[in-house]
Amino acid sequence: MSEAISMSDARPWADPTAAPFLQIKNVTKKFGDFTSVYDVSLDIYKGEIFCLLGGSGCGKSTLLRMLSGFETPTSGQIIIDGQDQAGIAPYDRPTNMMFQSYALFPHMTVEKNIAYGLKRDGLPKAEIAKRVSDILSLVQMDGFAKRKPNQLSGGQRQRVALARSLVKKPKLLLLDEPLGALDKKLREETQFELIKIQESLGVTFVVVTHDQEEAMTLSSRIGVMTAGEIVQVGTPREIYEYPRNRFVADFIGSVNIFEGRIAEDGESHVIVASHEAGLDIYVPHSISGVIGQKVAVAVRPEKVQISKGDLGNLRNKLTGTIDEIAYMGDASVYQIRLDNGKRLRVTQTNLTRSEESTLNYGDRVNLGWDGSAGVVVTS
Amino acid sequence: MKRKSRFLMIVGILGFTFLYAPILSLVIFSFNESQLVTVWGGFSTKWYGELFRDPQILDAAWVSVRIALASATLSVVIGTVASFVLIRFQRFRSKTLLSMMITAPLVMPEVIIGLSLLLMFVAMEGLIGWPGGRGILTIIIAHSTFGAAYAAVIIQSRLVDMDLSIEEAALDLGARPVRVFFDVTLPVIAPALMSGWLLAFTLSLDDLVIASFVSGPGASTLPMVIFSKVRLGVSPDVNALAAIIIGVASLGIIVAALQVNRSNKMSQS
Amino acid sequence: MSSLPLGSRIGALLGRMGLKGRVLVIAIPTVWLLIFFLIPFLVVAKISFSVAAIARPPYLPIVEWVDGFFRISLNFGNYLFLLEDPLYVAAYLGSVKIAGVSTLIALLIGYPMAYLIARSEPDRRNLLLMLVVLPFWTSFLLRVYAWIGFLKGNGVINNLLIGIGIIDEPLVMLQTDFAVYVGIVYTYLPFMILPLYANLVKLDEAYLEASADLGARPITTFFTVTLPLSLSGIIAGCMLVFIPAVGEFVIPALLGGPDTLMIGQVLWNEFFSNRDWPIASAVAIVMLFVLVIPIMLLRWAQSASEGENQ
Repeated sequence: MSEAISMSDARPWADPTAAPFLQIKNVTKKFGDFTSVYDVSLDIYKGEIFCLLGGSGCGKSTLLRMLSGFETPTSGQIIIDGQDQAGIAPYDRPTNMMFQSYALFPHMTVEKNIAYGLKRDGLPKAEIAKRVSDILSLVQMDGFAKRKPNQLSGGQRQRVALARSLVKKPKLLLLDEPLGALDKKLREETQFELIKIQESLGVTFVVVTHDQEEAMTLSSRIGVMTAGEIVQVGTPREIYEYPRNRFVADFIGSVNIFEGRIAEDGESHVIVASHEAGLDIYVPHSISGVIGQKVAVAVRPEKVQISKGDLGNLRNKLTGTIDEIAYMGDASVYQIRLDNGKRLRVTQTNLTRSEESTLNYGDRVNLGWDGSAGVVVTS
Repeated sequence: MKRKSRFLMIVGILGFTFLYAPILSLVIFSFNESQLVTVWGGFSTKWYGELFRDPQILDAAWVSVRIALASATLSVVIGTVASFVLIRFQRFRSKTLLSMMITAPLVMPEVIIGLSLLLMFVAMEGLIGWPGGRGILTIIIAHSTFGAAYAAVIIQSRLVDMDLSIEEAALDLGARPVRVFFDVTLPVIAPALMSGWLLAFTLSLDDLVIASFVSGPGASTLPMVIFSKVRLGVSPDVNALAAIIIGVASLGIIVAALQVNRSNKMSQS
Repeated sequence: MSSLPLGSRIGALLGRMGLKGRVLVIAIPTVWLLIFFLIPFLVVAKISFSVAAIARPPYLPIVEWVDGFFRISLNFGNYLFLLEDPLYVAAYLGSVKIAGVSTLIALLIGYPMAYLIARSEPDRRNLLLMLVVLPFWTSFLLRVYAWIGFLKGNGVINNLLIGIGIIDEPLVMLQTDFAVYVGIVYTYLPFMILPLYANLVKLDEAYLEASADLGARPITTFFTVTLPLSLSGIIAGCMLVFIPAVGEFVIPALLGGPDTLMIGQVLWNEFFSNRDWPIASAVAIVMLFVLVIPIMLLRWAQSASEGENQ
């Protein structure tokens, strides 16, 4: 979970003078009575890997299909590199798509699959051959040119699909769950390769995924979608550390939510009186709210410390009983029951190797987190 | 549960005997010396010789094959276009009508199809002077119409199963819709087109009833000739003809099965 | 339009041309089927209201130009005749009876065969399936013909039975309803087996194991699990046998006797032997409304309900 692309030159979204490469303006898509995408506006900059992240049916794929031209927006505008895409058919758009099922033509060899788009552009044979072999070596598939798709493994098909969509050098590459069909190990390896290829070609990527880990690894920025709307746009770190609302906090990673009301709203801090935690929670950032307003505090499980002994001077402290322990190898997950019945999830990295756990079922433990660990979510 | 009950085995053996005993006896008695079809009079191939010297049967076979080739091809063309339109086009006014007309021949008794087409041809001739007598052309039209219904069933199911994103990928890579159809859709559904063609070909070769209605004096198909012979009683040269047809069909099926087997193995590896 | 950028104007133009192409593509099969399938039925309907005559074609026109007026003479006599003469009603009923009984017999033979094939090892399964399908690709007419040699007085079966000594006198089997049943079951048995097989092979054996695990004996499992789950295959198979059987002409013509009454054969005789086109047309129209349209509705309802289940 890191920003894998170098950030030295690349934060165009923070630069008010930078011109967006892809503009989505108030796009809505309705299928009959059903609204699949509602009033989405996004600016995406050249060279970004932008992930649309959301559960199934959240409208992310529909949005992608509107970019590729397979669906027409009910209202709103899509502008790519300054050109309005209204009325432009998929075969005339400067975009290419990598399909979730890969959609390799089963009756053509790898080579013919990749050359297909170049032939449609009427390029000379020699150039087609050169570009096909270049892209094959880029995705490390030289030697497979004469194979048919059904003679390839899943990972190899994925590479061919990527090569086929990249070979036309599209202004915008659209990827629909690009790693969804691969198993976990292969997926992790491929993620980094995808980033390398993207950096070497400088193509702008828009990726649709339901897998938050994939989104975190790949993206320069993430747009979290639910029920057809974008709920938050930000870098992976922003999304994880500063979720704007309960949905985002809960969707990305796991989180403990404490309901409460604003008790004190200072210049640079808030105190939330939480009946659920039985505690006045201190959060060191200001919000725009009024005293007594219902809010919640979100705390990531790995940011909560747990000990049978004293926890020192942490701002927020609780006690509870261990209900469940799940040993995951690299970490252990504890289910804690507070005295008022509220359950809490706490993750601890297993720093030392030992056969016996120091914490056991039924142990009374002290819990605590530093002020900065929590974040107030208002909706 | 792999152990099968004795009851099932007995039914299976009896069932396959039921299916094959008549066919085998046809083949065996085609080598019978005797004129009596069911009494063995020694081995002979004379009925095969007789068959190949019978100009009526040879002519009819040639007529049938020509009709079957033409009508199977037309069936696949009509069936493919109809299937594509029904599966891929969103909504259009005559969709229900087309879908009804393409499936109705499957449940329509042959006597009705034959009669209605004949009356149509007669009426058209009275009105516009076409098709100008009945014969091979009218049989081809009739066979194409009901062959298309069968071909469409096969092609539609293939089109439904086909991954739509393959066509979208071609569009995305810059191919226009007509190109996509010829570059991607047709090759992918080619096996279904082949099965549809073979089915329509067989149905056309096999048809007696419809051909009898719509054919004219000059054009007798093989089934029409066989039927008139058989009505007069069993005759050994018909047995010889049957043996040949069975042989060709078996050979075709075995070759096709081996082909399918091989391509299955290829795709597994 | 003029304010739109060039690109989208070209797009709109192509869209319109595409629409024309679309209409053309839809028109090819639609027009063909209209001319060679649907309109012919209207012609049949028209002729069923006319009077037979010795002419070319052998019926009188129903619309005539007399003294400056169109005179339309609709003759319902053909339909009344169908009702009056018991032959026709008996033939319609006979067709339904013969097709129904044959379908039932085919089901009783076909179900265990399909079950056997579905439960075989995959390699043997393909071989058996091929054996079921193979007769279909040989001539239908010749397969029916084979039964003449089997069933007739000095045919294979009688020779065999007399040879073994079970009977002294040859049994009369050819030219009876029995022969027609045998012929129909024989011809259409593959049509029964294939959909049943396709259904049964998909039946997850875990259901049978679960049923056995919960204490059901094999017979109980069959009637409470296998049979209900294969209902759609049974319906499909029965349809595929009943539909062609009910309008069958060749089998009753070759194997049936003088008292075998099937409507397909009656229509054929009216047309070819009596050359009575109006009566033949009336028989066809009644057949269409009494037999074919109900079957089409049934099929439609069935496929609609299957679509719902999915």
